[in-house]
Amino acid sequence: MRKLMKWTVLAMAFSLIAAACGGDDDGAAATTAAPTTAAPTTEAPPPPTTEPEPEEVTISIESWRSDDQAIWDDQIIPAFEAEYPHINVVFAPTPPLDYPAALQTRLEGGIAGDLITCFPFDRSRELYEDGHLAPLNDLDGIAGFGPSAQNAWLSADGSTPYCLPVASIIQGFFYNVDAFDELGVSVPETEGEFFDLLQTILDDGAYTPIGIGLSEWEAEHILFQNIGANYWKGEEGRLALIGGEDKVTDQEYLDTFATMARLGPYMHPGASGIGYQDGKILFETGQAAIYPGGSWEISGFDENADFEFSAFRTPRPDGQDSCYIVDHIDLAIGLNPASSNAEAARTFLSWAATPGFAGIYTGALSGFFSLQDTPVEYNHPVAQEFVSWRQDCGSANRTGYEALDSGEPAFPIELREVSNAIILGNMTPQDGARRLQDGLDSWYTPGG
Amino acid sequence: MENRLTEAEPVVTEKLPPGGGSTVRQIPRSGSPARRRRRWGPILVFLMPATIIYSVFMVYPLLDSLRRSFFNDDGNYAGLDNYDTLFTNPAFSDRFWDALGHNFQFFAFHILLQNPVGLLLAVLLTAQSVRGLNIYRTMVFLPTTLSVVIVGFIWRLILSPLWGVTETVGIDTPLLGEPLTVLPTLSLISVWQWVGIPMIFFYAVLIAIPKDLIEASQVDGAGSWQAFWNITFPLLLPMLGIISILTFIGNFNAFDLIYQVKGVVAGPDFASDILGTFFYRAFFGASGTTGSAAMGATVASVIFLIILVGVLLYMFVWQPRVSTYEL
Repeated sequence: MRKLMKWTVLAMAFSLIAAACGGDDDGAAATTAAPTTAAPTTEAPPPPTTEPEPEEVTISIESWRSDDQAIWDDQIIPAFEAEYPHINVVFAPTPPLDYPAALQTRLEGGIAGDLITCFPFDRSRELYEDGHLAPLNDLDGIAGFGPSAQNAWLSADGSTPYCLPVASIIQGFFYNVDAFDELGVSVPETEGEFFDLLQTILDDGAYTPIGIGLSEWEAEHILFQNIGANYWKGEEGRLALIGGEDKVTDQEYLDTFATMARLGPYMHPGASGIGYQDGKILFETGQAAIYPGGSWEISGFDENADFEFSAFRTPRPDGQDSCYIVDHIDLAIGLNPASSNAEAARTFLSWAATPGFAGIYTGALSGFFSLQDTPVEYNHPVAQEFVSWRQDCGSANRTGYEALDSGEPAFPIELREVSNAIILGNMTPQDGARRLQDGLDSWYTPGG
Repeated sequence: MENRLTEAEPVVTEKLPPGGGSTVRQIPRSGSPARRRRRWGPILVFLMPATIIYSVFMVYPLLDSLRRSFFNDDGNYAGLDNYDTLFTNPAFSDRFWDALGHNFQFFAFHILLQNPVGLLLAVLLTAQSVRGLNIYRTMVFLPTTLSVVIVGFIWRLILSPLWGVTETVGIDTPLLGEPLTVLPTLSLISVWQWVGIPMIFFYAVLIAIPKDLIEASQVDGAGSWQAFWNITFPLLLPMLGIISILTFIGNFNAFDLIYQVKGVVAGPDFASDILGTFFYRAFFGASGTTGSAAMGATVASVIFLIILVGVLLYMFVWQPRVSTYEL
């Protein structure tokens, strides 16, 4: 008897362990078994018809844009499903900071969604080269994107697109129109005017001139890129840095850093302890008159700011006629080659290449601008303001995010720390530039 | 750090008759060899689930991570190349030594502040004359039960230059934003959260010390200070060792608080970077850069070695020198 019990316990223990360790096999078995057991309790299967209806499938989209959940659920997906009733779309975002690592893990584990939202340049190219993004040469509609849009998602030899371009963002400086009226100041065109304006606001004392947090990435993403694009002449300078003709220790970068350092005193005295969200709140609550940011903030400011706001483009350096804006191609969608519903996913991608999608997406998401060749109307006045700068100014992607970010020390991370330290006065422009160039020299060979 | 409670040896508080302590615990060795053999059956059955689960989910990943540190990202054997990169390539070694230094600072704050304060609180709690002891005990222990996410969030609000209280109390430095203050501030937040653990451990030992020992010393003319140093403290020493080693392990594995408050780049300019955040960046990457599983495994292995050395020192240097007393 005792022996029998002993063996029973042993057997139970082993079955428990087997259940615990079974992992994927058990999961697969459970899902395949489910329909047979569940069928009788749910509604009866439709009677067989002579015309084969398309089988109902569900595809899911990986993204870092968790802010857009409502827009996808309420507008984009219903519009798509109205046209393709047999395809269900699930928008399944991961918070931005966790997205790259989580996506990588899911792709390697074979559990990622059918469609993948792509970062521009190297990050997605690595995924393509590792076989996690399918080539899209023969996708309907992929031809409707110009080279400048597709460039960020092309294979190294330039022949194969692997993500469908969706949107770009434009950067500038938001300002509180009411505050500007109250102070009787106007939008600056040149850096000289800009610093006069900042001094006026500071002297008045009612507003913090520039509301921005310096404990995260904004100093680099916004201030360094906004100000610098004018100095290094947009794409020309960005490509020259990649090509090795320009160095970070060149005059245009030192000038950029020097201008950034001059901005420091016009920020909140506790800026180093303020994060991205709190920086925005400074502006939204009317404490700060100017917020350096990008067009993606428009919908948030619409919701949270109870004053009129608009935007001005980065003031030109004095004596320079040309201007350059950060018009960063930001977002694309690619296909997971491991998808079991590839046909449905490709149908969605082709639909996303139509002006219909662009109209909904950029209309609903004020501040994201379509990358299709077909022009799109933007409803929001501030979005119109942003996009109008394209007529007079050259465009530039953010520098440092192509090629320069794929070694150690990674240029964007160093740039971020150096930018913060320079604005806070903890580092000189020369030291910062030296550190960045030394970091690059230690691993990066232009053209290599 | 949460698992301190479960990892710790339970404090033996049962009182045994004089001289009876050792015999009670001994397993009687009577009975035939056959019967003794039969006893192994249930023992094995009961040990098996834990052993197997622990091996599959803890031992195997640990060994595999060690193995992986000798291979490159393409899966080819790389010998000590990864370690060479970690210690000689400035992109990694500068960050590594910085992070290690910060880890020692973080640890110093805990060992020099958290544990003495924990002991002080425990001694105060055992004082007879204080009213509402249970309330104090609960209050001090409460932060320990909070999620690190909540603790980080609360303290970020308290110390925020926008709506925090620092300016009201006369501090105009953004404590979490300046390179000089960020690590001490984070250490103190962590001390604030975890001080309940050493307190409760010391408290458990203190209440187990028989009063007649103290009373006897008082009869012999000892003051309370002398009684503490000569009677209570020696009895606390084994627990002090356990708490110290758990603090060491917890601090060198620390990650969550810094990640929550400062993110993986642990700014400003890596001033709050510790081994945990350094490992995260090496393994997963950060800010649009790609990590490397091989380098991540290498950093993880080095962290493991550091902790292993600490634990070995504890086991072979500290433990044999400390005598435990049956009370």
